[in-house]
Amino acid sequence: MRGSCRPNNPRDRTVCMTNCPTLIVTVGLPARGKTYISKKLTRYLNWIGVPTKEFNVGDYRRECLKIYKSFEFFRPDNEEGVKIRRQCAMSALNDVRQYLSVEGGQVAVFDATNTTRDRRGTIMKFAEQNGFKVFFVESVCEDPEVIAQNIVQVKLGNPDYMNCSSEEAIEDFMERIKCYETSYQPLDEDLDSDVSYIKIMDVGRRYLVNRVVDHIQSRIVYYLMNIHITPRSIYLCRHGESDLNIKGRIGGDSGLSSRGKEFAKRLRSFLEEQKIKDLKIWTSQMKRTIQTAECLGVPYEQWKSLNEIDAGVCEEMMYEEIQEHFPLEFALRDQDKYRYRYPKGESYEDLVQRLEPVIMELERQENVLVICHQAVMRCLLAYFLDKTSHELPYLKCPLHTVLKLTPVAYGCKVESVYLGVESVNTHRDRPENVNVQRSTEDALQTVPAHL
Amino acid sequence: MAAIHKKPCTASNSATESKRTDLKSNEKKGSWAYYMTNSPLLIVMIGLPARGKTYMSKKLTRYLNWIGVPTKVFNLGVYRREAVQSYKSYDFFRHDNEEAMKIRKQCALVALQDVKTYLSEEGGQIAVFDATNTTRERRTLILNFAQENSFKVFFVESVCDDPEVIAENIMEVKVSSPDYPERDRESVMEDFLKRIECYKVTYQPLDPDKHDMNLSFIKVINVGRRFLVNKVQDSIQSKIVYYLMNIHVHSHSIYLCRHGESLHNLEGRLGGDSGLSERGKKFAVELKAFVKEHNLSDLKVWTSQLKRTIQTAEELGVPYEQWKILNEIDAGMCEEMTYAMIEEKYPEEFAMRDQDKYHYRYPGGESYQDLVQRLEPVIMELERQGNVLVICHQAVMRCLLAYFLDKGADDLPYMKCPLHTVLKLTPVAYGCKVEMFDLKVEAVNTHRDRPLIKVRTPPPMFRRNSFDPLSTKDQIKRPRMYSMGNFSPPPTLPPPAFASTRISEGIESVQRENSVDCFSAPDTGEKST
Repeated sequence: MRGSCRPNNPRDRTVCMTNCPTLIVTVGLPARGKTYISKKLTRYLNWIGVPTKEFNVGDYRRECLKIYKSFEFFRPDNEEGVKIRRQCAMSALNDVRQYLSVEGGQVAVFDATNTTRDRRGTIMKFAEQNGFKVFFVESVCEDPEVIAQNIVQVKLGNPDYMNCSSEEAIEDFMERIKCYETSYQPLDEDLDSDVSYIKIMDVGRRYLVNRVVDHIQSRIVYYLMNIHITPRSIYLCRHGESDLNIKGRIGGDSGLSSRGKEFAKRLRSFLEEQKIKDLKIWTSQMKRTIQTAECLGVPYEQWKSLNEIDAGVCEEMMYEEIQEHFPLEFALRDQDKYRYRYPKGESYEDLVQRLEPVIMELERQENVLVICHQAVMRCLLAYFLDKTSHELPYLKCPLHTVLKLTPVAYGCKVESVYLGVESVNTHRDRPENVNVQRSTEDALQTVPAHL
Repeated sequence: MAAIHKKPCTASNSATESKRTDLKSNEKKGSWAYYMTNSPLLIVMIGLPARGKTYMSKKLTRYLNWIGVPTKVFNLGVYRREAVQSYKSYDFFRHDNEEAMKIRKQCALVALQDVKTYLSEEGGQIAVFDATNTTRERRTLILNFAQENSFKVFFVESVCDDPEVIAENIMEVKVSSPDYPERDRESVMEDFLKRIECYKVTYQPLDPDKHDMNLSFIKVINVGRRFLVNKVQDSIQSKIVYYLMNIHVHSHSIYLCRHGESLHNLEGRLGGDSGLSERGKKFAVELKAFVKEHNLSDLKVWTSQLKRTIQTAEELGVPYEQWKILNEIDAGMCEEMTYAMIEEKYPEEFAMRDQDKYHYRYPGGESYQDLVQRLEPVIMELERQGNVLVICHQAVMRCLLAYFLDKGADDLPYMKCPLHTVLKLTPVAYGCKVEMFDLKVEAVNTHRDRPLIKVRTPPPMFRRNSFDPLSTKDQIKRPRMYSMGNFSPPPTLPPPAFASTRISEGIESVQRENSVDCFSAPDTGEKST
């Protein structure tokens, strides 16, 4: 089967996760991690190829009510406030309908407190009218330390509290939580026995899962049960420069060049300096990553799924040779690098599927160093930094550079550390001319220098 | 996703240089399951009788072995039946029957000794202790035992109050139990229900809020309608939870077949991506008639992303899904060659493959071991689904079949999966019923038997390093004097002697139409007490 770009039809690509769109609804008091979960889940689903979008009712409220004064807005007896909040929820639901029914979305995450049965009933009716399945994600937590930490990490930087001091913000926020507490009706085993939901208790210590009805809900539950909030860092880097790298050839299974070996030594010093607690080291099953890890002098694990993208018939070729022998393939790849599959090889899209268990395990782990390859690293990075499939194949992952990813607030902090060992550049940008009729010169415009 | 745990070597010849020559030990040393846990795990079932404990134990064990984690079930009922030669009535289970209580406790201790031997000396990674374990006292005994031996513990409690489900369970598995050899259904039902009552008196379910809040467990409520999961400690427990949450007990059938005969098949070539031959096309037409005849509601059809399976599915005229992971095993450098050509061009590779077909990885390609890992999401999804027809390839079909029929790495690569034949798998009792339908369209035979000249040694058991999919070892009934702390000789495990060997290599009678073979595990009668 020759490499080709397939039409972007989600149902062709992977198993059809669900027939009708799914509406995920968060439930919980403020500062229980609902937005954290929403954003993370959205990022994960998009990465595995399920078009997902989150709708945060707080954002709608901030649109509507330009200036936030105080927690008084959230008092249950504040009629004006109640009206506005209800309107915002409706407005958000309308956008959800637009996204799922018109724009081709498959999952929408409705991020709000949704603490009353009444509100949840409204949402379920809305979903039924539109043919959406509903899945609730409730976060229950009474640990004051966790709540305080949440407030400090994400609420203080919130636009609502731009103009107050930290103490004022915390005080106001605690009052805000109180406003919800009296009317909070958690999902109940008996009253809500027909509803599909997962109740997450104490940040993942315990889960109650009710009535999972389809594949996507099952995957969501599995994902939510594997994530944690323990502080840690993930280090991503490529193997040291390899002999084939120097020659400008892709793929293959060559060993390290002398500069590559130098990098491995520097990597070892770098790790020793960092004094990372219980660091796990993962490599692929290809020589170059294994040789890199060997120099570190500590145990490491080899994963076949971390192997570089299989370039099929183009394995071990230089870009110039690919252009010479397969100019059509070369152009098609430039047209849609994410979906393009090398003849008898793989596409980035296949890679993502292959790497999903690695991501799941990375979520479970704490400090990990992953020594992998260019395309693989791009896929992993795209997951952590929420990059689209258009950006993914062009992410810059140079040799001899370690990326340190640290989850912070709703996202990921990235530190890039270049270990000071020279190497070839293997990054090939998208050329201007991707037409299949293009000249050789145009095709090879962005090929990096090599021997 | 094979992970091989490696300590760094100090020699400049890194492990990778020796990868080829040292194929056997390297490949055997790893599978992705390795990272999952360091200490052995004791899974403890909890629940009143007829709550599906043995069903879950066996299924879970089959799955874990298939993905490469050596696992074994220890069913307390078996030990009890050994101790008390003939079962008389439910009176044995009355909680005020002191004599019986003593015997039952003794049995538990013997079973736990065997667990210890399996996990500590025989290379087992997970032991499933299948018993009611309904009292805190018993569970504390087990927890202490595990702590002494540094095993992790994970409880699986099945809670069910739906009388219909319970009655069905009793009918399906208890009626044929060795405990009730001659009784009629009604009296079996009556006795068994009284037996359940005996347990109810002292049943203390797991209490997640107070007493048991620090234990790791999953409570399965009403056959999977609801789950309570507490304190999952590591990846393997997470996987177990995921698996238990995906299985169901609704009746359904899985149909496995290969694509129609392909042009490459005719030439004897491996792999590639050729289209169907004339006979292959004919098979597709016959398959369409077969599907119609069987009148399956909501049948899902899955294919790989290679031409030959897609062409086969196209003929059916129904929607189908293409899975890349159902693609045939990648023969790397040997793609599109015939066996003769491979033998001529790469005689060493050819020989190595025959020595260990399961672990052998084609240069630049895959091994059966890689295939199993690749296919794991398919298995998980098959568990979730209802009726499915999977149109795939020889090696792929062998891997899937090995999962359903509980075949180990030794048998898997030699299972017979002829062209133009559909296998219908239906879960029944504790196992899987297989029916074979030959659609009567001629095709070449692509099966290559295990070479006879090779000296076969039984696979050695590795401690935590062996991750071949094993088949669930039959529970060994050892005479009492060998358990209980006395020296137990290393078990020589005879291959389980059940009907399923009919489907594996060396058996000629495959041209059967509408045959019904019961492939349930040999110990259909065994259940927990």
